[in-house]
Amino acid sequence: MRELSYDAAVIGGGAAGMAAALEIRAAGLSCVILEREDHLGGILLQCVHNGFGLIEFDEELSGPEFAERMEERFRASGADAYLGVTVMDVEDAGDRKVLFGYSAEHGILRVSVRAVVLAMGCRERNRGNIRIPGARPAGVYTAGLAQRLVNMEGYLPGKDAVIIGSGDIGLIMARRMSWAGAKVHGVVEILPYPSGLTRNIVQCLHDFDIPLYLSHLTTGIFGGDRVESVEIAPIEDGAVRFEKAFRIPCDTVLLSVGLVPENELSKKMGVELNPMTNGPWTDSRMMTNVPGIFAAGNVLHVHDLVDYVAEEARRAGAACARWIRGEGPGRELRVKAGPNVRYTAPCRVGPESPNKLYLRTLIVKNDAVLEVRLDNRVVQSRKKAHIQPSEMISVTLDPKDLAGAGPDSVLEIAIL
Amino acid sequence: MAEQLICITCPLGCRLEVERLPAGGLSVSGNRCTRGARYAEEELLAPKRVVTATCRALPEDRCRVPVRTAAPFPKEKAGDLIRLLYSLEVRLPVRRGDVLVPDALGTGIPVIATRTLD
Ligand SMILES: Cc1cc2nc3c(=O)[nH]c(=O)nc-3n(C[C@H](O)[C@H](O)[C@H](O)COP(=O)(O)OP(=O)(O)OC[C@H]3O[C@@H](n4cnc5c(N)ncnc54)[C@H](O)[C@@H]3O)c2cc1C
Repeated sequence: MRELSYDAAVIGGGAAGMAAALEIRAAGLSCVILEREDHLGGILLQCVHNGFGLIEFDEELSGPEFAERMEERFRASGADAYLGVTVMDVEDAGDRKVLFGYSAEHGILRVSVRAVVLAMGCRERNRGNIRIPGARPAGVYTAGLAQRLVNMEGYLPGKDAVIIGSGDIGLIMARRMSWAGAKVHGVVEILPYPSGLTRNIVQCLHDFDIPLYLSHLTTGIFGGDRVESVEIAPIEDGAVRFEKAFRIPCDTVLLSVGLVPENELSKKMGVELNPMTNGPWTDSRMMTNVPGIFAAGNVLHVHDLVDYVAEEARRAGAACARWIRGEGPGRELRVKAGPNVRYTAPCRVGPESPNKLYLRTLIVKNDAVLEVRLDNRVVQSRKKAHIQPSEMISVTLDPKDLAGAGPDSVLEIAIL
Repeated sequence: MAEQLICITCPLGCRLEVERLPAGGLSVSGNRCTRGARYAEEELLAPKRVVTATCRALPEDRCRVPVRTAAPFPKEKAGDLIRLLYSLEVRLPVRRGDVLVPDALGTGIPVIATRTLD
């Protein structure tokens, strides 16, 4: 068994983990990343398409370029990283926490720290989670797995594909499969609007004449040993019209039906999760209900832009460093997700300092208004030209917006 | 006949109607700002995309090398470029930014590696 000791440990070395570690080092504390894979960068390494880094690096980069540039900053900061280490358990040991990691190279690793940042990312929902009826033939993949196979291993999962779900990963994979030599026969979405970005609808579907079936339920997957077709039926006025169902022949189905934050380990530590995000509840500093345990990136809530992941994780890292130094937060105010708001992260704000929140809306609308209300009094109102559930919205709150907040005050964020 | 486009310059996603004028040039409607007209012009007259792919690495048991065009590339040649990139073999080591194809299909646009692999 190998024993290590640091001020802080970060679990996961994706964009969030590296950004958090950078800030902890910048505050003069020692920090280690424990990462399961044999490289830093996380999911970014399989996202070889363009569209990352416009905010963080002021340039449009591919996923691997973004990861490598973050890694250069991380290496220069003097933080350590142990690769090929899976963290299995975290124990509370008085004023310290002890992480147990397992690696083929080092055996068991015992890491003693003052504080921990969770940055384990998320995993894909699979067929079991959405209950598509039908046979169980080979040829059904999650879109992210297919992305890894095509981009990193050079293996094309099939020749004729149907994609279920119109999230960004599915759209990106529609283009990738087409470029790699397969034919994509359609993208099927149960909702009346696509769940991915418009930019991806245009450049990944329209460019390749791939049909998008909105308001369609997947009623079955058919085949013997291998997938032979997918059956879909339109939804009209809220009812599935089974009599109008039709089959699309294909040998491959890609599922792009959402991501779930990876919180098995967090739950073991006693971290409580918000059912709206499946990520931890946190206070304004991104600290969970367990003192000294912070969270950022996709493990906290699923992001669509890596630039926001990095920004959020920097704040978590800086707050973790302040906590280690014993700088407590002042008063905290609860944030309520008001009309048309699915959730906010974090779910608390500190009235003495500037705050930034990310939120997702439940509706698609042009010319919307975002309202911040303190005990039913509007303290901030902003016009939003266009909002949709797939695009995260950020809100910055000034201490003056929160002046006059009492101990039981509630801050509500609404979209009208 | 009018052509339909969705402007992707910003998240508003204006639905544009574009007509090619007999005298040359375009007439654009449906855009809420001037960027929409510029987008329509570029999309209809000279559409471009950043093309990305991964190439086989040598020695063969290694992870593939991700690549992209260093600048947006003419869309009508993207299919040909993709075929070229998927048949390319790259001997390791390679550094991020290394030029793998100096002048892709005579456009003057290079193709670069986007990851360092030793
Ligand atoms: C397919 C796809 C396409 C995307 N496209 C875009 C895009 O075009 N533009 C954009 O800006 N954003 C895009 N994103 C979003 C963005 O890239 C991600 O949100 C971001 O990279 C997530 O960073 P993260 O650090 O939170 O998670 P991850 O990158 O997933 O990192 C988590 C890390 O934690 C490690 N880990 C997990 N559990 C353990 C454990 N117990 N012990 C040790 N290590 C562990 C994992 O191995 C992993 O490396 C995309 C995301 C996906 C999935």
